[in-house]
Amino acid sequence: MSVVALSRTVEPLLSVQHLTIGIPSSGGGHATLVRDVSFEVGPGVRYGLVGESGSGKSMTLKAIAGLLPRGVEVLEGEIHFDGDDVLTMSPHERRRIMGPRMAMIFQEPMTALNPTTRVGKQIAEGPRRHLGLSKADAQELAVDMIRRTGIPDPARRARAYPHELSGGLRQRIMIAMALSCKPALVLCDEPTTALDVTVQDQVLRLLAQLCDDMGSALTFVTHDLAVVSQTCSRLSVMYAGRIMEEGNVREVYEAPQHPYTEALFQSAPDFDDPGRRLAPIPGLPPSLTDPPPGCPFAPRCQYAIESCSTGSKPLVEVRHRHLSACDLADQIFGGTR
Amino acid sequence: MSAAEQPAAVLEVREVTKRYGHGRRDTLRALDGVDLTLHRGEILALVGESGSGKSTLAKILAGSTSQTSGQVLCDGVEITARRHSTARRRIQMVFQDPYSSLNPRMTVRSALSEVLRVHRVVPREQIAEELSRLMSLVGLDDSALDAYPSQFSGGQRQRIAIARALAVRPDILIADEPVSALDVSVQATILDLFESLRSELGLSVLFIAHNLAVVQHLADRIAVMYLGRIAEVAQTDTLFASPEHPYTQALIASVPRMRPRDLEQPPALDGEPPSPIHLPTGCRFNPRCAYAQPTCLIDEPALERVAEGHSVACWFAGQLQQAPTKQSEEFA
Ligand SMILES: Nc1ncnc2c1ncn2[C@@H]1O[C@H](COP(=O)(O)OP(=O)(O)O)[C@@H](O)[C@H]1O
Ligand SMILES: Nc1ncnc2c1ncn2[C@@H]1O[C@H](COP(=O)(O)OP(=O)(O)O)[C@@H](O)[C@H]1O
Ligand code: SF4
Ligand SMILES: [Mg+2]
Ligand SMILES: [Mg+2]
Repeated sequence: MSVVALSRTVEPLLSVQHLTIGIPSSGGGHATLVRDVSFEVGPGVRYGLVGESGSGKSMTLKAIAGLLPRGVEVLEGEIHFDGDDVLTMSPHERRRIMGPRMAMIFQEPMTALNPTTRVGKQIAEGPRRHLGLSKADAQELAVDMIRRTGIPDPARRARAYPHELSGGLRQRIMIAMALSCKPALVLCDEPTTALDVTVQDQVLRLLAQLCDDMGSALTFVTHDLAVVSQTCSRLSVMYAGRIMEEGNVREVYEAPQHPYTEALFQSAPDFDDPGRRLAPIPGLPPSLTDPPPGCPFAPRCQYAIESCSTGSKPLVEVRHRHLSACDLADQIFGGTR
Repeated sequence: MSAAEQPAAVLEVREVTKRYGHGRRDTLRALDGVDLTLHRGEILALVGESGSGKSTLAKILAGSTSQTSGQVLCDGVEITARRHSTARRRIQMVFQDPYSSLNPRMTVRSALSEVLRVHRVVPREQIAEELSRLMSLVGLDDSALDAYPSQFSGGQRQRIAIARALAVRPDILIADEPVSALDVSVQATILDLFESLRSELGLSVLFIAHNLAVVQHLADRIAVMYLGRIAEVAQTDTLFASPEHPYTQALIASVPRMRPRDLEQPPALDGEPPSPIHLPTGCRFNPRCAYAQPTCLIDEPALERVAEGHSVACWFAGQLQQAPTKQSEEFA
């Protein structure tokens, strides 16, 4: 409890305010992929962004990392990292923080690893450039990082090329590379989705442990409710480009405050509650080019009333540090504001 | 199931092996002596890490590739990849990616009508009626018949792929990761569909998946595969309540849970499966097994019955201290 109270007074490490991301098009019908998203991540906090495919998780993360695809732009909002305005940074300033202060881990490490360079050398590149280590010291650090990821025989593995490693080992190498300069923030996009369940378990534990050791905060994107529960302490649930609910993981799982979150849990098989009937969510997410007015979940929501389909639905605090974008949250879930 | 009412086997896999590659040293043993029985009217799940041979077995059962050795029996009669058209019709496949069985340039109506005509499933004049029947079986509206595959969502497209498989009136469905690409809110509807096909049409289903929470929910029995062999097979409840194989125990302990657990604990299992080109001698799980004894490094354990309907391929089945399977209780 004291940690939670404290973190409000500490400056957030990452602050995303009213972020809106879209594809501007001269022809009128422009698509809004992420709409008015705001959240903060404190130093050392592991924060999850969870939602189904297309909900805008990856775009949000890419905007933070400055890696939005061509044609996709931040239309509104601000992103501050460690007090600096990320969106107005020059490419040069960005390169100075990407790596040493902020690092990214992707689902498929092959997209980030250079196939023709030995993995040890790739890990050493960051510390050489950003920490000013000598070649030998950087190489030593690289081997030490590989050792810390639990890979046996790290000195030999440092000489391997990426294709010589299994998917699980490559993801460990990615983690070693991302954490080699002790970044304040690690961004992960579905880092274990391509891995088998026993390897996923290893990698999640490793990631959590290394981030704790290095004091790094984590912003973790995943579609998997259980993975987020295992890894993060706080999360946002995204739907159709918006945050529907934000809170501490335990509280959101025990007492969701948005009908979408509740429906998502009811549709997912829970390993510890196998007898429960799964309730699919009828219908489909709304179009991003022509979203319905009001709450984007209203057309599929079992509680929806007329007023749900009008006006804007801001994220408001319905319990202590627990926010919901549903007007009816108090009535439905008996929130104690 | 009591011994008196032994369930009938519709598909039996006996000692099936599948090798890829030619050179003697580079042979990849995708399947290395698989024994498995699918009972009539059941949903049998096949789980295991990627590369364990699940899809290879599915392809052999569906007749799209042939085994290197061993037998597949359908209702007691041996079938091969070059099977009679009635055997081919009886066993149909559903894939993870529904596009792989749907022609993007054909409407659902023309694609399904073609299947019905080619296989002479119903007389020409009954085709329209049969199309409606198929749509209602998979929970789609007749209006879906006039759309193209690209016009559907992922879940609807999987329904159409299932309708296509059902068009030839199979009694066995081999489903290879049919819900793995779907969002969880949609996945539930497809799981319901499999359940209703089993209960309403009496289909026997081999359901391949890697998500244990999904198969725990759906399957009657579960077979766990490791590196080309069955490690354990049991009724679903038994498998989760008292897993006997160390690999099954580790698999269960690795499932991410909705309730938070302690990440400081070491993972249930270290390492990754070795390559099926260089299999270890003895038990193929021994390099990762916490219980391995000298015997395990020399001799391979066979899949042996430990109780009614429960078989395990481990020298120490029944003698191992059981790993905690419900870690969340610590937090209760
Ligand atoms: N390169 C791109 N150009 C245009 N739209 C894209 C691109 N990538 C993704 N989108 C769209 O943006 C929306 C949000 O995508 P994304 O952030 O990747 O979702 P998530 O990661 O939650 O699955 C989706 O509707 C997707 O189709
Ligand atoms: N056509 C092929 N040629 C060579 N090797 C193959 C082929 N198909 C599968 N394999 C290999 O056989 C093993 C089992 O593969 P697969 O049956 O696809 O496993 P799973 O479906 O359990 O992931 C893997 O090592 C895979 O690389
Ligand atoms: S046979 Fe030996 S090595 Fe194999 S699973 Fe059993 S105890 Fe482990
Ligand atoms: Mg994504
Ligand atoms: Mg497969």
